[in-house]
Amino acid sequence: MSKSNWPLWEVFIRSKQGLSHKHVGSLHAADAEMAIENARDVYTRRMEGISIWVVPSSEISASSPDDKDIMYEPANDKVYRHPTFYNIPPEIGHM
Amino acid sequence: MPLLTCAHMENVDLMDRFQQTIDAEVKIEPKDWMPDKYRKTLIRQISQHAHSEIVGMLPEGNWITRAPNLRRKAILLAKVQDEAGHGLYLYSAAETMGVDRDFLFEELHEGRAKYSSIFNYPTTSWADIGAIGWLVDGAAIVNQVSLQRTSYGPYSRAMVRICKEESFHQRQGYEIMISLAKGSAVQKKMAQDAFNRWWWPSLMMFGPHDSESTHSAQNTIWKIKRHSNDELRQKFVDMTVPQAEYLGLTIPDPNLAWNEERGHYDFGEIDWTEFMQVVKGNGPCNKERVAARKDAYAKGEWVREAAVAHAEKKAARKLKENVRA
Repeated sequence: MSKSNWPLWEVFIRSKQGLSHKHVGSLHAADAEMAIENARDVYTRRMEGISIWVVPSSEISASSPDDKDIMYEPANDKVYRHPTFYNIPPEIGHM
Repeated sequence: MPLLTCAHMENVDLMDRFQQTIDAEVKIEPKDWMPDKYRKTLIRQISQHAHSEIVGMLPEGNWITRAPNLRRKAILLAKVQDEAGHGLYLYSAAETMGVDRDFLFEELHEGRAKYSSIFNYPTTSWADIGAIGWLVDGAAIVNQVSLQRTSYGPYSRAMVRICKEESFHQRQGYEIMISLAKGSAVQKKMAQDAFNRWWWPSLMMFGPHDSESTHSAQNTIWKIKRHSNDELRQKFVDMTVPQAEYLGLTIPDPNLAWNEERGHYDFGEIDWTEFMQVVKGNGPCNKERVAARKDAYAKGEWVREAAVAHAEKKAARKLKENVRA
């Protein structure tokens, strides 16, 4: 590995006030400041954002796709968590 | 050897689930299980695509300092900057497959990786900038619109972004062609000359005939590829012929004719010998393009090193301040 290798950063952009930051991709930069400057040039050339977050990719912890069943399947049989599970008489109208 | 059989069974099961996911039009994401061949194919395809965007800056960059006016210059700068951005989205997508970006650069610089052959043709007049935007970006759009539905999530998302930006590239090129085609006799000649030189290489951009295409079958099953080379090429011809007619340009193909029965234009055979020569590295600018990339990379080495040194110094200073505080 050459000493000129820049670490990888994940980039998150808030497209406008009122919306949350959203992952848009990644880039390489020597430090956080440069990562933000590069993110501006790479991901917001057409006013796609008003706020940028950058996070070193190595700092992200992620759930494993192999755990999909254990993690999310239990929610499958809890249909009573959804409003459509309940019958409301039509005379009541919208609830 | 029961253990081996067991591992083999598991692999078959994973493979089935992988194909079911794809058949259900669900995208594959970076950490999901995928066959080695799928990963290898995508690393190759995405990185070649990224290299094409980056090398593609060179023929156009050639005209930035010689654009005919400030408006055209600002537009061309913005377009070339977009190409750099597209290259970066794609390298970033390739890296989600676990490949290192410096390794991809190395492959390009050592001549082991390919990029779109179209960029091995020279840009000899300003009209070429019009023809590239209109034809080369036009062909790229046809291909990339199809790839928006590719099965690998990060690649598909990069394509969506790129397609959004690419439309301006084609329109600015066509606008240049309109100015020239409606201009003086010399300008008209320039437009026709550029068209003559870029038409066939643009058709070659879609690759060999379906019958000759080596990776097509598996890539279609895995939905990496959504339309065949010949299908996309036909689409491009059908789209572009009326645009050329509007400009009053003659299509450099005596066999081009509307086929009422097919509802498509018929067109002549591509010079596949030329295609193979350029792919093999014997095009007019292959050596020049790779040399320019290597040179730029080598000249940037001190900047990359200095930035790392600066970042380390800043981090050390911050640490010291924190200890003191």
